[in-house]
Amino acid sequence: MALQSLDIKRRSATTTPSPSQRQTQEVLKLIDVSKCIGCKACQVACMEWNDTRDAIGANHGVYDNPMDLTENSWTVMRYAELELEQGKLEWLIRKDGCMHCAEPGCLKACPAPGAVVQYSNGIVDFHEENCIGCGYCITGCPFNIPRLSKKDSKVYKCTLCSDRVAAGLEPACVKTCPTGAIVFGSKEDMIRHAEERVVDLKSRGFANAGIYNPQGVGGTHVIYVLQHADRPEVYCGLPRNPSIGPMVELWKGAAKPLASLGLAMVVAGAAFHYVTKGPNEVSAEIEKEFEDEK
Amino acid sequence: MTNHWVDIKNANVILVMGGNAAEAHPCGFKWVTEAKAHNHATFIVVDPRFTRSAAVADLYAPLRTGSDIAFLGGVINYLLTHDKIQHEYVKAYTNASFIVAEGYKFDDGLFSGYDEAARKYDKSTWAYEIGPDAFARVDETLQHPRCVLQLLKQHYSRYTPEMVSNICGTARDTFLKVCEHIATTSAPNRTLTIMYALGWTQHTVGSQMIRTAAMMQLLLGNMGMAGGGMNALRGHSNIQGLTDLGLLSDLLPGYLTMPREQESDYQGYIDKRALKPLRPGQMSYWQNYGKFHVSLMKSWFGDAATKENNWCFDWLPKLDKVYDVLQVFELMHQGKLNGYFCQGFNPLASFPNKAKIDVALAKLKYLVVIDPLATETSCFWEHHGDFNNVDPARIRTEVIRLPSTCFAEENGSLTNSGRWLQWHYKGAEPPGEAKPDADIIAGIFLKLRELYKKEGGAFPDPILNLTWNYMIPHTPSAEELAREFNGKALADLTDPKDPTKVVLTKGQQLDGFAQLRDDGSTACGCWLYSGAWTEKGNMMARRDNSDPSGLGNTINWAFAWPANRRVLYNRASCDPAGKPWDQKRKLIGWDGSKWSGADIPDFKPDSAPSDGMNPFIMLPEGVGRLFALDKMAEGPFPEHYEPFETPIDTNPLHPKVISNPAARVFKGDMEGFGKSKEYPYAATTYRLTEHFHFWTKHTRLSAIMQPEQFVEISEELAKEKGIKAGDQVKVWSSRGFIKAVVVVTKRIKPLQVNGRIVHHVGIPLHWGFKGIAKRGYLANILTPFVGDANTQTPEFKSFLVNIEKA
Repeated sequence: MALQSLDIKRRSATTTPSPSQRQTQEVLKLIDVSKCIGCKACQVACMEWNDTRDAIGANHGVYDNPMDLTENSWTVMRYAELELEQGKLEWLIRKDGCMHCAEPGCLKACPAPGAVVQYSNGIVDFHEENCIGCGYCITGCPFNIPRLSKKDSKVYKCTLCSDRVAAGLEPACVKTCPTGAIVFGSKEDMIRHAEERVVDLKSRGFANAGIYNPQGVGGTHVIYVLQHADRPEVYCGLPRNPSIGPMVELWKGAAKPLASLGLAMVVAGAAFHYVTKGPNEVSAEIEKEFEDEK
Repeated sequence: MTNHWVDIKNANVILVMGGNAAEAHPCGFKWVTEAKAHNHATFIVVDPRFTRSAAVADLYAPLRTGSDIAFLGGVINYLLTHDKIQHEYVKAYTNASFIVAEGYKFDDGLFSGYDEAARKYDKSTWAYEIGPDAFARVDETLQHPRCVLQLLKQHYSRYTPEMVSNICGTARDTFLKVCEHIATTSAPNRTLTIMYALGWTQHTVGSQMIRTAAMMQLLLGNMGMAGGGMNALRGHSNIQGLTDLGLLSDLLPGYLTMPREQESDYQGYIDKRALKPLRPGQMSYWQNYGKFHVSLMKSWFGDAATKENNWCFDWLPKLDKVYDVLQVFELMHQGKLNGYFCQGFNPLASFPNKAKIDVALAKLKYLVVIDPLATETSCFWEHHGDFNNVDPARIRTEVIRLPSTCFAEENGSLTNSGRWLQWHYKGAEPPGEAKPDADIIAGIFLKLRELYKKEGGAFPDPILNLTWNYMIPHTPSAEELAREFNGKALADLTDPKDPTKVVLTKGQQLDGFAQLRDDGSTACGCWLYSGAWTEKGNMMARRDNSDPSGLGNTINWAFAWPANRRVLYNRASCDPAGKPWDQKRKLIGWDGSKWSGADIPDFKPDSAPSDGMNPFIMLPEGVGRLFALDKMAEGPFPEHYEPFETPIDTNPLHPKVISNPAARVFKGDMEGFGKSKEYPYAATTYRLTEHFHFWTKHTRLSAIMQPEQFVEISEELAKEKGIKAGDQVKVWSSRGFIKAVVVVTKRIKPLQVNGRIVHHVGIPLHWGFKGIAKRGYLANILTPFVGDANTQTPEFKSFLVNIEKA
């Protein structure tokens, strides 16, 4: 949920134009995994800013806690111990959360008008008051990010602090990150910074260092610098070629004109019905039933 | 820190050893990231565990807990045998050329003068040879068989890469790779910074571990340099302030020392500390000891302190021994100490062998706890199952809890690791009945003074005459206390060079400790902090971050002790002729008439290089000590001794002397140490980034991040023991047991040590029986009651345990 409303690029399940009077710069959050010390300050800052609190859990034999994203934990650190080279241990710690795709699968999948929006700055935001709790966005997300709340049947995820960004601030996780592993700025600046980081990593022996900015979803507004960009899956299952699922593509792609046609037919049918039969009247009996149900 | 946090960005090589900066000091760690990103620094971590620091290191070397002196001694040997020392620096600025007295000896693990029965050394042979001119003798050619450099070479010749590997369990190749990186910084234009913390201090040879590293830095010419130094990372935001203000039992403020039992004569007390130069032309700054001491007494006792009564010297307690925390709890345990004030401290959780602490606390008549939280100590009498298995009905101690504020609820200064005093402002009102610590202490003091006034008593003088000029006596403000430790003129002060010129008028705040006098005309609560609140105002509140040199010194940001100097010993950043070793990291330089530059000179500002004054002005010889004389309890050169609970039952260097021969061990504790047969695994306790000590288990967000107690073991040990990640395990030492979830990890590896496999068990320590995180066991149930031979800091980092699936 956000303060923004004047600079929306697109909205879920909406055919009318979106407000676009204000144009904002495209933003990007860069997570440099090679600088991350796994301190979880970003997890704390996220909960503090958004005033959410997860339950106090248990230890499950790993450092990860909470163990997964939840409707209250919109970001978590994921820890992977790997020996990619014989005898050379690496502890790869990745901050997981919404990637804010340029082509958001959640938005495409969402049938609730205006429940998912994409601002012109690239942030993909959920407007929970419009959410119908169907969970299609969860199916539509190639990164398995949104989480459905049992309390209110709404779906929650990282907003990239769209409220802070709208007011000219950086996201809370960026503000708190002690090592500068998470940085935020214009897309252009961040890509340049990421490229510099890759040069540094290559000079330190990471021949396959690179940027994770997957094109299968049109690029993302959260990108990673990875030591092993050739093997994103070693970072606790970061997908190699994420894309929007075929069902969502079908529903919003090929099927959409058909659906629109169907919708038009319904409208035409209704008009025909009105012309030929007159307006529908609700009988007093049915109205009473409604009242009783209330 | 000899340097400061920001300065780490200037380093070429960063060694984190005996600490875990990323995890325990994540905010300061940003400067490591900065050095890597913009100074192309190489970052090395040496630790028994692959920590979150190691996760971002260029090179990681494992070593067995407690074997750091062997490792660093091996580096010293490497530097000497590969000729990778900064020759000019070593010759001019260390005591390498000094000749050691005849009679000094090191043989089979013991230095000359050992008294086995007393577990102490007669240190008289650990000395320089003194010439007829009363100065120490030196051999500029460094060839004399008894000169420090030759003795040093001889001492560390035993620390070969093979020996290091055998003691530490570090692979030879990995060790040599670390040596190579460190050795690159012997070039005058490259520096190594060392960041350490409790991973060095909490051993029975902790002080000597730190010394070994400091000696290495002297050999490399890295002391006094931007991007160099020995950098102790302090764990609590103001623990540096605590030590500076003398809150240790044998210290007075500003590292002045308490007189000992035999020191009943005032002049003798001063003379022993006001050391005369040991070489011609040296400053030996402690010659000013008397000025600091008299000004302190004037600050405390005002007009009552006079020349005639030796500035109230007789009022100071005379120590028969050091009353460190282990000694105090030993006395309590013996029933000889029966009242205890516990302020901002949680001894039940923080001191070793919890069972012993439990018994000790139960012998008290009263216990006063001043703390913002309901600590375990304040609830030591409550029964909490296995977590705190005591019988409240049998405990008679009266516990009085006085709730205090936390740092965010008061104004004041915090002294960070880099010696910066930074002023902060109250952010919130304290809850309920909580009061600032100063108010609580003031309340107790005023009541005591009233009682002494009314009833007299055996020795009322120091209480009745203590200076107490606060505007509201029950509420001394942080501002008033700060002005007091800065000090003021008690009479008009004139310029020593021109007596007609008045520098400060009576009552004005001092500009710094250079103005202190020993004639009673100045008062100063802590000479080191003088300059923090001058006539110009609160220097600690300054927030000008301009940095013209780009070295990060920002000398108009807050105030750094001493005298706002940012890098200690910075005279050593220049060659003897006064030219910086490296122009790119010029801290100061001789401009023909004075020393000046990006930092405040840690030196006599107008002493020309030709005067021959050396950079280590606090030492009577003016140079850094590779040979420590009689300053350390267990020897002038650091030697590897095993932890008191060793997993290898021997010391490969000298099997007859296994552990620190000069460490104090109380009766009953020695017999109680575990042996490897019953307790085969090397255990170490530590902190996690998600928590701060035993406090943050009281806060929900930290509890969410690490909710439950766990221990860590290697995959190999887990397999051997049939343990899986997430299982409950029982870990026990000869003192007790804990139960916790187990994390099975690749980050702890079995090490090959002296012909056997040594497994580590890692024990994070943040849980207890109070707070909102899941309840757990205090880790100090397991740890041994023995400390470093010099500081008595307990050996929390190396002991023995056993482990089984619960």
